[in-house]
Amino acid sequence: MTFLEEHLLSLMLSVPVIGALIILMVRHKDQAQANSNVRWVALLTTILTFFLTLYMWMHFDASNADFQFVEKAKWVGDIQYYLGVDGISVLLIVLTGFLMPIVVLASWDAITVRVKEYMIAFLVLEMLMIGVFSALDIFLFYVFFEGGLIPMYLIIGVWGGANRIYASYKFFLYTLLGSVLMLVAVLYMIMTAGTLEIPALMDFPFSPEAQYWLWLAFFASFAVKMPMWPVHTWLPDAHVQAPTGGSVILAGVLLKMGGYGFLRFSLPMFPDATQELAWLVFGLSIVAIIYTSLVALVQNDMKKLIAYSSVAHMGFVTIGIFVLNVNGIEGAIFTMLSHGIVSGALFLLVGVVYDRLHTKEISRYGGLATNMKVYAVSFVFFSMASIGLPGTSGFVGEFLVLIGAYKADSWLAFLAATGVVLGAAYMLYLVWRVIFGVLDKEDVKTMKDLSAREKLIFAPLIAVVLWMGIYPNSFLEPIHASVAKLIADDFSAPAAQDAAHGR
Amino acid sequence: MDTLIKLIVFLPLLGFLTVGLFGRPLGNGFSQVWTSGLVSISAILSWVVFWDVGFAHNTYGVHVLSWVSSGDLSFNWAFQVDTLTAVMLVVVNSVSALVHWYSMGYMADDPSKPRFFGYLSLFTFAMLMLVTSDNLVQMFFGWEGVGLASYLLIGYYYHKPSANAAAIKAFVVNRVGDFGFALGIYACFLLMGSVEFSTIFADAANYKDAQFHFLGGDYHALTVICVLLFVGAMGKSAQLGLHTWLPDAMEGPTPVSALIHAATMVTAGVFLVARFSPVFEFAPDALALVTIVGAATAIFAASVGLVQNDIKRVIAYSTCSQLGYMFFALGVSAYGAAIFHLFTHAFFKALLFLGAGTVIHVMHHEQDMRKMGGVRHVAPYTFFMMTIGTLALTGFPFMAGFYSKDIIIEAAYASHAYGSGFAYLMGVLAALFTSFYSWRLVFMTFLGESRAPAEVMKHPHGANGFFWMPLTLLAIGAVVAGVLTHGLFTGEERFEFWRGAVWTTQGDVLDEAHHVHGLAKWAPTVMMVLGFLLAYYMYIVNKAVPQQLAKTWDGLYAFLLNKWYFDELYNFLFVKPAFAIGRFLWRRGDEQTIDGLGPNGVSSAVAFVAARVRKVQTGYLYHYAFVMIIGLAAAVTWLMTSGGGH
Repeated sequence: MTFLEEHLLSLMLSVPVIGALIILMVRHKDQAQANSNVRWVALLTTILTFFLTLYMWMHFDASNADFQFVEKAKWVGDIQYYLGVDGISVLLIVLTGFLMPIVVLASWDAITVRVKEYMIAFLVLEMLMIGVFSALDIFLFYVFFEGGLIPMYLIIGVWGGANRIYASYKFFLYTLLGSVLMLVAVLYMIMTAGTLEIPALMDFPFSPEAQYWLWLAFFASFAVKMPMWPVHTWLPDAHVQAPTGGSVILAGVLLKMGGYGFLRFSLPMFPDATQELAWLVFGLSIVAIIYTSLVALVQNDMKKLIAYSSVAHMGFVTIGIFVLNVNGIEGAIFTMLSHGIVSGALFLLVGVVYDRLHTKEISRYGGLATNMKVYAVSFVFFSMASIGLPGTSGFVGEFLVLIGAYKADSWLAFLAATGVVLGAAYMLYLVWRVIFGVLDKEDVKTMKDLSAREKLIFAPLIAVVLWMGIYPNSFLEPIHASVAKLIADDFSAPAAQDAAHGR
Repeated sequence: MDTLIKLIVFLPLLGFLTVGLFGRPLGNGFSQVWTSGLVSISAILSWVVFWDVGFAHNTYGVHVLSWVSSGDLSFNWAFQVDTLTAVMLVVVNSVSALVHWYSMGYMADDPSKPRFFGYLSLFTFAMLMLVTSDNLVQMFFGWEGVGLASYLLIGYYYHKPSANAAAIKAFVVNRVGDFGFALGIYACFLLMGSVEFSTIFADAANYKDAQFHFLGGDYHALTVICVLLFVGAMGKSAQLGLHTWLPDAMEGPTPVSALIHAATMVTAGVFLVARFSPVFEFAPDALALVTIVGAATAIFAASVGLVQNDIKRVIAYSTCSQLGYMFFALGVSAYGAAIFHLFTHAFFKALLFLGAGTVIHVMHHEQDMRKMGGVRHVAPYTFFMMTIGTLALTGFPFMAGFYSKDIIIEAAYASHAYGSGFAYLMGVLAALFTSFYSWRLVFMTFLGESRAPAEVMKHPHGANGFFWMPLTLLAIGAVVAGVLTHGLFTGEERFEFWRGAVWTTQGDVLDEAHHVHGLAKWAPTVMMVLGFLLAYYMYIVNKAVPQQLAKTWDGLYAFLLNKWYFDELYNFLFVKPAFAIGRFLWRRGDEQTIDGLGPNGVSSAVAFVAARVRKVQTGYLYHYAFVMIIGLAAAVTWLMTSGGGH
């Protein structure tokens, strides 16, 4: 093992911090020049981090189900600096690395006040997100998990829209409840199992009784993060108020922490409770899919519409995770990756017109296909990916989740699949109102098509969506071994039942 | 040959990508010639493959790329070419190439040609992926891909609200069908552990008595699968219940109607059922459903076609009705006959649509037949072409439809399957309607005095070679397609020709169909003549009759004119409630209940406590950060001092 491989995760955590420190030191008489320097430093930092995540993906051993790139050192008390990735987390880190340069580029012209603080907030956030997906010490995880919210609050609270206080307040109330319960649960687990190491906790047999309560405590936290119905109402407000970059990271990465949490903690640590309480997750997910799809249909604000569609998509993720079979879980992880890119792209698309007209009101637009042709094509493309058209990334995840759901119960698949019809309705209705129709509003007529910088943002996103749709095995292969291990360790019995059930 | 097959499928994709990415710099002229040229090459190669598969009796499997593997599920991007696929290749690519060429004339004034031709090529590619697939999921890819192209082309004139509404309607209604299709794929995989055709068809017989747990009940497994797949077919092929999108789809440019909504895409459902004949054969209940839905659609659509005044809508309902014929042919296990009718129908229906398009072009974009009349004076060649198309459609002896439609009706008569009697009666009655509305169209449009503004008749738009060439080729097809190929599809050589691509268990209904005699055999022809005479009387001899009838039977007339009120019903049942419920859940559910009890409720409860905090604008933020840091500090301290509970 080379030095790079031995310390890869530490490097990934430290590069953004170093970038932030450099930005902190940027001084220039000319404010515009200073801002430009800050942007370039942020861009180069995130690109470097992205290359590191790519290097990790390339050197990730897909046949190995255990944690890789492990780093372990004593830290404070019993808390260890303990990092590592497996098939469940590796691509989520790559996703984070991929989206960050895009976010920096998207904020290039849109953010003009406190550019320095803005970029620092994002770089710290990147470090914390990578930390969440790589921490193998439960306390370390908790710190990253909760800490990530602080930069996000700042991003919404400082660079957000008019009603940002209400949005961050809602965010606060919901998250507080979840984190308090989770902290209590974490402390209880540490006491009972006598270890803070996540791999050890995975093997520790908690009593069924304890599992039940611990599961619920973690569920409170993860369900808010997902978000699941009925604790989802913070998300539309947060998105509407957040600046474009904030929305992209919120939808692209932060929402994935809930799903990751379920896979890392709830399933392997509390398998009995997971099976016992899966019905609860299914119920809430089905409600989420149908309920929020219908709500999305009547939205007047583009960001709210996409936010509600995110809740519906996350419903597919939670179903996939809790059907406890290979197809479902792999589909759920794939859907998380796909949704991270597609919804991120959709928020970026909203940002493009918001930068020009400063409104997200759907009825203020119309007929953009006439004067913004490249934009229109991109909009339709990502809408189709969101709808789950085969050949795009959205299809593969949904397809696997629904197959997994069908194995568990045909009702589950049947009800979840209605979301596929409703999804087409609300997305196409949005496309009609924004992209098609008559171009009759004077200020909309003057809007320019995508700039070179904006094209540079969307081109890689389109390429990845197609890659994931046409050759998804690149993304499924690293996942296989870890998912197989998860099921073999904790849920081999129901898997056997599935096989019998199929015949 | 493998390379040839890949070329056939991917050349249209190349065309789409070229003009999609570089259409504007390359220009209008290049875009249209390039895409049309590539599809034409595909068409020529398709005939080569057809010859090789149909007469040299080869079959091909071409692996392209692995697609998905997850657990016990895996499938590839791969092509399979047997006789059924070869027929579809020929139909799709030939009509597509002709429509590409025709569009050069029809869309001559259109400012965004690269977009139009790009969409046409995209459609062609998706359709080819559908018909060449060797597994259900790739078929689904093509299935949804043609849906996308159809959506884009119906909404091509995107400034028109009606075009947008029609496009969304088409996509969403098709999604309802696809919902069934997808569930069918899952069921198939769960039962047989594979989505590959070769495995499914080889194993189907082993599951002929299997039970399947679905939505709380236990059902005959293969019936569940077939019914679910058929729901998909109903959506794509506009069968009764899921047909409402097809007439509205006429909002698209007319060449699109000819290609997608007459000759190719809408026949995908027929193709699906024929492809799955080895499974359907073990699910007689599903076949009965196919028969009844098909027959009901045939008569329903024909009845609506009787009174429509929009020239394209008449042909659209005619298409819907003819698809019904194909389905009940499938239902009575006359798969060869269904595909035969699919084949001939592609020629004469595309001919009729392109002919109608020429009329519309000549008449300055007028589509209402009440404002036409006497068009033969300004477009005599089109009149000639449309007459050939009409003769073929109505089943005039020795024209294409004569062979394909009659064998379907005879098969229904000869069959003993459930629903076949109903199908026979509806088929014969629909033949009368077909003849009537087709001749009504010809008479209203081409004969009599002109009802168009004098200005239009004085200066009709000229139609050039791009119009005549495709029309002529299609007309030749409409004349000879039946007489040349009926032996292959349904006659003596059919076993040699199909070689198991379509498959039957319960005897050979086509054999019995050939031995139907007497009135049963001649009924469709009699109906054809009767329909002609009725139309002639009502629209040439005594023109007051239609209006009198409409007045006397005003209820029935309104019922037919309003398409049996399906749209109104669906609006009432689905569209309006969806929006109303959405609004209710948003305002009452999210904003009043959840937020009211949750964050806002908490907020007002602690309002007096928080009054001070709220004065500080970002108070909550720091508040939270503070709480968290304190909490963390406390926890860390505790961990350090207690030693983590050792």
